[in-house]
Amino acid sequence: MPKDAFRDDVLRLVEEGAQLVEVLPREEYEEGHLPGAVNIPLKELDRESAARLRREEPVVVYCYDYL
Amino acid sequence: MGFERIYDYVPGKADWSASGLPTEGTLADVPTVGGAARRDVPTCGPSEKVAEARERMIATRWDRCVVVNGERVVLGVLREKDLALSYSEASVESAMRNGPATFRPDEPVEKVAKRMRERGVSSVLVTTSDGKLVGMLRREETEWPDPARD
Repeated sequence: MPKDAFRDDVLRLVEEGAQLVEVLPREEYEEGHLPGAVNIPLKELDRESAARLRREEPVVVYCYDYL
Repeated sequence: MGFERIYDYVPGKADWSASGLPTEGTLADVPTVGGAARRDVPTCGPSEKVAEARERMIATRWDRCVVVNGERVVLGVLREKDLALSYSEASVESAMRNGPATFRPDEPVEKVAKRMRERGVSSVLVTTSDGKLVGMLRREETEWPDPARD
């Protein structure tokens, strides 16, 4: 179960080496994303697509806003 | 999926951009009000005296002073006009204009400039999504020569 995180948490986690994952569609990711984030659109998120992420490091997932 | 530490950045990309933090992507180079806003606008606290704010405005050659609390959250704005109508010993809080309109740092300059022209506004405040002051955007910072015009 993911833990809720807010901006300050994300800044701290990134300093600790966290991987950022934007789950929005590719076009939205290409227009703008957090520095260093990778794109795994929600519809494509499965065991295979997640295999590119390092399991030992924290992972921060985000979309556009609260909704 | 077997990850040990997984987090959901709940307020998401909108919160990140609106706080003025950098982004990457094809639209990252579009000029934003966060980049164009003047960060040297003077500030004062609500309990300071009008005379103190006036001195600061004269020293910094600004005709505005942004009223903020200890966490730089914007409470109001003091204009030259407001000073003229107030006693020197009055508090800034009693003289300021409450609840000024604000824009987020990730808004494109072009869009905000258009709204400023339409409303005849000479300056607007730029704040983060949690209300903290980023700076003040004056109309002259939005009016660049159009290279396509010549």
